[in-house]
Amino acid sequence: MRNRPNYLAGLGSLVWLFVVGLPLYVMLVATFQTRADYAANGPLALPERLTLDNYVNDLSEGFGQYFLNTVIVTVCVVGIVLLLVPPLAYAIVRSQGRATSTVFRLFLLGLAIPSQAVIVPMFYLINEAGLYDNLIGVILPTAAFAMPVCALILSGVMRDITPELYEAMTIDGASSRRIFFQLVVPLSRSGLSTIVVFSSLQAWNGFLFPLVLTQSTENKVITMGLYDFQTEHGVDIPGMLAAVVLSALPILLVYLFARRALVQGLMGVGGK
Amino acid sequence: MTLAKAPAVDVDGAKTRRRERPGHRSGPRPGHRAATGVGRPGFAWAAPAAVFFGLFAVVPLLMVVVLSFSRWNGLGSPEFAGLDNWRKLLDDPVMIESLWLSLLLTVLGVAVQTPVSILLGVWAAGHQRNRAVLSAIYFVPLLLSITAVSVLWRAVLDPNFGVPSQASWLFGDGNLLGTQSSALGVLVFVSTWQFTPLHALIYQGAARAVPQVLYQAAQIDGAGTVRQFFHITLPQLRNSIVTSTILMVVGGLTTFDTVLILTQGGPGTDTTISAYYMYQKAFKSFDFGAGAAVALLLVAVAGLVSLVMVRLTGYDKMRSTMEGV
Repeated sequence: MRNRPNYLAGLGSLVWLFVVGLPLYVMLVATFQTRADYAANGPLALPERLTLDNYVNDLSEGFGQYFLNTVIVTVCVVGIVLLLVPPLAYAIVRSQGRATSTVFRLFLLGLAIPSQAVIVPMFYLINEAGLYDNLIGVILPTAAFAMPVCALILSGVMRDITPELYEAMTIDGASSRRIFFQLVVPLSRSGLSTIVVFSSLQAWNGFLFPLVLTQSTENKVITMGLYDFQTEHGVDIPGMLAAVVLSALPILLVYLFARRALVQGLMGVGGK
Repeated sequence: MTLAKAPAVDVDGAKTRRRERPGHRSGPRPGHRAATGVGRPGFAWAAPAAVFFGLFAVVPLLMVVVLSFSRWNGLGSPEFAGLDNWRKLLDDPVMIESLWLSLLLTVLGVAVQTPVSILLGVWAAGHQRNRAVLSAIYFVPLLLSITAVSVLWRAVLDPNFGVPSQASWLFGDGNLLGTQSSALGVLVFVSTWQFTPLHALIYQGAARAVPQVLYQAAQIDGAGTVRQFFHITLPQLRNSIVTSTILMVVGGLTTFDTVLILTQGGPGTDTTISAYYMYQKAFKSFDFGAGAAVALLLVAVAGLVSLVMVRLTGYDKMRSTMEGV
């Protein structure tokens, strides 16, 4: 309909490209220079000599370990979410019990609870449970706080399954377990992939729980590694920025190859 | 911003879908003979998730109330302290200031992010040739963790080695985190940089859903691009504006990582917003009772603001944007 090119909008889009691109450019360029070269060239110049030293140093100074820890946390969080949320969403959509609808309302309320609100009692509970400075102590609350959004996404997707399909299976005498595995799970694959992406992003990028609930180097996740790098070697800008790139590398790779799924997971919307 | 980090929740969906729940509590519907429970999942299906969520989210939320009336330094067990924490907090100028700063940061964030994300979202809903490539690049900040974004901007804004050192005509001495106003400006800017793609995506979806007949009718009436934007696009986006603003408000009030990494609440206590003050009280001064009280106050303020917004905008009984089409 609007055929005339809108030069103002075109200009605006380029201005925003500059705002988004400038720090990303500074970051990439800095990480491939030595500290001395970076200081001499300034942040904006193109480097003359390229080096991978910053990445190698970061990896040898613990980032390999942090990476591994973050993978463990992410896999476990996704595992817990995948184990608990699909049956929950199925019950929310199909059960007629009062208890289930109360649980659903509890999860809706949970959407509004920020993790900052509970961090003090969480510290107390995790301490009491003997899980302080233990990756399990990070995994459990992270999974719990990813659950409300996942339950909402998945029950939305499951609700779109036509009632006739349920009825047909019920008439055939199928138990709710069989209906779940043969009807509900196969038809909610898009929603399942969205909650996998959403919960893994929550786990990978999580900061407050690891900050408060872990301490030692061998239990650091990658966001904590970044934070500590910045407080301890804040002047080593190329090394610090290389750590930023490393921390985001897996997500950037997924973005390159599965952009749609990632965007949907980030937005927390159903896989439609 | 937990919520912000935490991604958009389908707020409209939550409401409408709940109303749609079939046969919920009203017993079997006519024509659904099988609906009496045969082949329907029982509570056992929801129980494991409910217990897990209860243990790690609901119990802590209840405990924060208890702890706000307790004295605890992180060792031993908490003791009942009555109203002590609350009395101290309400007399604490830093506490009161932190609430104002949280609100200020939130209002500034909404004021800056909303226009930028509406413009970008509407633009991205169009058919420009370079749209797909640019949108893909715009999205990158949202992929980084808040931690990574804060560290990145700390490096980029470094007074000695960062961009300000190259443009003293623009940045003066280059120490952007050295005064209250510029430090607040940096915090707002960094959040905008990171979360604009999220909100732009909300607006993009809504702008695509605007019925084309409206634009056709406007064109026949001779309305130009600008008038079409203000008289058709913007009114049609109002549901999304409310959704996106609620997300921004909750995100803004719970900003934490950015402050911890970029300003540590400084200079002085000039950027000590409530979420950061809570962290300081509990995990730096080891006054966990006071920390719990600040957390509770923050939740109450965030809940109240969201509630007022929902009521003021009539979001709970929202008119359809399809009226008159």
